[in-house]
Amino acid sequence: MRLTQGQFSFLPDLTDPEIAAQCAYALDQGWSMAVEFTDDPHPRNVYWEMWGAPMFDLKDPAGVVIEVNACREAQPRCYVRLLAFDASKGFETLRMSFIVHRPPDEPGFELIRADGPGRNIGYTLRPYAADAPPGRRYGPGRTP
Amino acid sequence: MTTPSNVIDATVPDRIDLAALANQVELGEMFEELDAELVGLAPVKRRIQEISALLVVDRARAQVGLTSTPPSLHMCFTGNSGVGKTTVARRMARILHRLGYIRRDHVVSVTRDDLVGQFIGHTAPKTKEALKRAMGGVLFIDEAYYLYRPENERDYGQESIEILLQVMEDNRDDLVVILAGYSEQMKAFFSSNPGMASRVAHNIDFPDYSTEELFRIAKLIAEQMNYRFDAEGAVAMLDYIKRRQARPNFANARSIRNALDRARLRQARRLCDGWSAVVDREALETIRAEDIRASRVFTDGDDGR
Repeated sequence: MRLTQGQFSFLPDLTDPEIAAQCAYALDQGWSMAVEFTDDPHPRNVYWEMWGAPMFDLKDPAGVVIEVNACREAQPRCYVRLLAFDASKGFETLRMSFIVHRPPDEPGFELIRADGPGRNIGYTLRPYAADAPPGRRYGPGRTP
Repeated sequence: MTTPSNVIDATVPDRIDLAALANQVELGEMFEELDAELVGLAPVKRRIQEISALLVVDRARAQVGLTSTPPSLHMCFTGNSGVGKTTVARRMARILHRLGYIRRDHVVSVTRDDLVGQFIGHTAPKTKEALKRAMGGVLFIDEAYYLYRPENERDYGQESIEILLQVMEDNRDDLVVILAGYSEQMKAFFSSNPGMASRVAHNIDFPDYSTEELFRIAKLIAEQMNYRFDAEGAVAMLDYIKRRQARPNFANARSIRNALDRARLRQARRLCDGWSAVVDREALETIRAEDIRASRVFTDGDDGR
């Protein structure tokens, strides 16, 4: 099951030039880019691991693409996303977030139903990959 | 259907007007600007003209279907202090951007401190950070020979040089690296780092300025600061330059700039004498001979302050 989080996730995967073009847009707006990765892509997990510090004062997307590729190479079995942070007053928040790398195999999420009092049912999601401990999800890979 | 090779494709022109191509990128205008703002520096201007000509020729080649690969543009500026290495490096970004060799008109200026770390594992991220910031534009490494310190075996400069070399090779389209330093030290730097020497395609040596060129620079700097010399002031300035050139620690245009700054101080003191004078615009912008002749160069100081 294809993970759909953030921008562009219903589109085919972005190519490197497309990623660079998106970065160029963000940098032109004065936002700073950051690379993050995780092997726990549950929608409620907002805290992904940081790949290095956010890249402040970059002017050109080439630097971002270098970091994305470095992260892909080190964490091939993780999700990698790019964030664009707007530091201007009144925003001070993320303006863009999109996935730039996926593990080769995405098993998806299990829908768990829990019977409550009466005939109530509580629903929750659980990634199939979460059966394995962190670092061994999505196949043999390196520890994040 | 195949086309016989002796039939010329109608869309490919057989003659190309190079002058028109040069006009497209406004080359003539750019050279005029260069001539107006940079005094002397003939070898530098010649090299810029060569690079520009290559761009035009490459475009023409592309039009007739010949392949053209972007040239390696990493440069090394050598010369004594105050001959305009830093100034030209800053202008170079604008020129290369205008010619379309780099994507952005920006220069990231770094020295050893910005590239080399203080402990193991500190250097690589620091160097990469600087390189990433410079991507798309020009990375200017001032006093580049400091990067390599042969006397200290455990110096991290070498690590920084290796990362630089790798990026200079891998990201040739993204980044132009300009090294600058004094001729002698740069020679030693390159002889101990042959990898670096072979990757720097353009070695531009900045000659010292002649007296006449320095005088033109003085006038240019004064003009930019909205000052001017009166007739005797100009004579005094020329005289000052001649004397200053003969002294030790002469730093070309930088010495001239400093001399002008000191002349401004003296002019201000002259105008404010007694705090009772009423001055007009002309008095405020004129540097007179006495402002310059008060310099120690004319008496017997040792550094001309």
